[in-house]
Amino acid sequence: MKKFISVALVLVFVLSLFAGCGSKTPASTQPATSAAPQGGTGTIKIGVLGCTSGDYAQYGNAVIHGAQLYIDKVNAAGGINGKKIEYIIYDDKGDPTEAVNAYNRLVGNGITALLGSVLSGATAAVVGEANPTNMPMITASATDAGVTYNADKKLVYKNVFRTCYIDPFQGQKMADYASQKLNAKTAAIIFETGNDYAVGLKNAFIAKAKANGITVVAETAYSKGDKDFKSQLTNIKAKNPDVIFCPNYYEDDGMIVTQARQLGIKSVFMGGDGWANVYKYASAADLEGSIFCSSYAPGSTDEIKKFEADFKAKYPNETPNMFSAQGYDAAIVLLDAIKAAESKNLKVGSAEYKQAIIDGMKNTTSVGLGGKYKFDEYNNPIKNAVIIKLQGGAEKFSEVF
Amino acid sequence: MVKNKKGIPRLLAYAINALLFFVFLGILNSLIASGIFSSYYVKILMLIAINIILAVSLNLATGFLGQLPLGHAGFMAVGAYASAIFMKATPLPNFVAFPIGLILGGLVAAVFGFIIGIPALRLRGDYLAIITLGFGEIIRVVLLNIDSVLGFNFTYGASSLKNIPKTTTVTNAFICVSIVLIIIHTTIKSKHGRAVLSIRENEIAAESCGVNTTYYKTMAFVMSAFFAGMAGSLYAGYVGILNPSGFAFMKSIEILVMVVLGGMGSMIGSVISATALTVLPELLRSFSEYRMVAYSLLLIIVMIFKPSGLMGTYDFSLSRIIGKCGDKISSHLRKGKEGRR
Repeated sequence: MKKFISVALVLVFVLSLFAGCGSKTPASTQPATSAAPQGGTGTIKIGVLGCTSGDYAQYGNAVIHGAQLYIDKVNAAGGINGKKIEYIIYDDKGDPTEAVNAYNRLVGNGITALLGSVLSGATAAVVGEANPTNMPMITASATDAGVTYNADKKLVYKNVFRTCYIDPFQGQKMADYASQKLNAKTAAIIFETGNDYAVGLKNAFIAKAKANGITVVAETAYSKGDKDFKSQLTNIKAKNPDVIFCPNYYEDDGMIVTQARQLGIKSVFMGGDGWANVYKYASAADLEGSIFCSSYAPGSTDEIKKFEADFKAKYPNETPNMFSAQGYDAAIVLLDAIKAAESKNLKVGSAEYKQAIIDGMKNTTSVGLGGKYKFDEYNNPIKNAVIIKLQGGAEKFSEVF
Repeated sequence: MVKNKKGIPRLLAYAINALLFFVFLGILNSLIASGIFSSYYVKILMLIAINIILAVSLNLATGFLGQLPLGHAGFMAVGAYASAIFMKATPLPNFVAFPIGLILGGLVAAVFGFIIGIPALRLRGDYLAIITLGFGEIIRVVLLNIDSVLGFNFTYGASSLKNIPKTTTVTNAFICVSIVLIIIHTTIKSKHGRAVLSIRENEIAAESCGVNTTYYKTMAFVMSAFFAGMAGSLYAGYVGILNPSGFAFMKSIEILVMVVLGGMGSMIGSVISATALTVLPELLRSFSEYRMVAYSLLLIIVMIFKPSGLMGTYDFSLSRIIGKCGDKISSHLRKGKEGRR
């Protein structure tokens, strides 16, 4: 019996070696059929890539659900030019290797454009694949500057767009806000070393703060997974800064604020959009007066209120947040560009069609939840930061800065 | 001409192997050129090649030398970064730079293997596992933070080393795999290989027979690190972006799983399990959220029913098989002749 099972297992493994070759036939014939000339009907295939499992799954799910909400809405209204949008979602676990494989699989499925990926590292890896073939691509949440711009060759990736800020932008905005609105003279920083998001914001903040005449009195780091920040905070307390810039993800931010207040630190805490949902991780009294920048102001306009209601109707167990809003906006910009490409009467999936989508995104006039979209020369959106203030344990929209 | 005890004349075996190598290479290339293999399959093939090199090189230290190093991802990281930084900086054309980068990646990893191997190999079992585990983590943390120590951008730490030239192709990955397999196979079958195996079987007995255990342990360990570095360079040219978090502890475990699953001390086992464990998660992609469960279940089942790994210590030898077939045919013919008489 044992021997039989082990032989069977070996067979399974050996077969799986050939299965790769076996299953290729349907996959490779798919693009051929979709490339066949189509009339007014048919589908437009787009790929959606993001981490729906793993450590950052809640970002990935939020982005993808936001995008799905809009695409389904367009499909329900008859699609674009009579063609339905068919989207294929693959999970990349936030890992560059998985992202590259999943992207190539999507290409094999015959996609015309890509919405994704979610994390910066995975997205940058996909850009390396998508740029040579000029695949239209829009990401809702990859904030690393290198996603759209090759700093080594001083080259902009013409096919890649995004609907979120880049890391330096948030750091600069918060430094400006600290000097202009809070009249801060000294600042301390506590950040997670080894996290590209935190380090990106920190570097931009320091550069801008120095230019604004703010003295950075302490720059302390902690490692991923740390739960005790007392030694760093004691160091900061001795310097007594006006503001503490804390550009990390919400869970750590909550613990840092709580422990800082325990030590008797009175400084104002500032953060980036990673602070969203921080209210679940620290008490209202401790958080009172903390400020962070975001691109999403909950409940501030009628469009956003409608989006929130629709989102809750479709995903009752989730709360719409900045990521879902940006995913929704990315879908708007992409689908508007596809609409523009459709009007040129090109064959779906052809090189000209893809170029038309890219041109459509470049000259976009779409209006999303974050206002009217316009891209700068690095394909980053030009928009203002939304300042959110924590009051009474809630994240309240304060102003557009 | 020397004749093997079992099997066929050595020269003939070499000729058959060389012929098979070129036939496979030709088939692969024509499949890709004709477009039957889409870019997706090409990417998976490259990943398979990288994982085979990783698994077989770790097998050298685990299966043949009998040690348990847990820092293989560290060597891979060192090799990947060394070759990526070289490839980005070099003005040489890619076809010249690629082999240099490959060997450079391997050499840097080998140097690290040597430095870590000398103190680490004085220890045994769990202690070696712990020290190599620590080393792997040190590499990762150094890669993450070295920029702020140096004061200029070198590894780009957390923001990832980007825009690495994508030089890895199926052809050069296939050639690398073949070279690695040949080198490890011939080493193991040589006098040095027998010394390494004797250490695995009984270190004290080996030492008392005059085997220089420290030398052979270090040799096998450094070789293992060299090939891991080579795999790292291939990986850098495959993915185009490197982040230290990709070379964490779990990556070492993944490689170890491939080795243990395939059978410690079996090269064909490592090749099969590296291939299967690369392909399986992709095959199971349509099951989406269940795929990691299915994958883990498979591992558990294999370990319950075949604890020595799929192949145990069995190794595949074409010449042995041909030789056996030849013997059978000739004995059959002889019987036939006798019968007619």
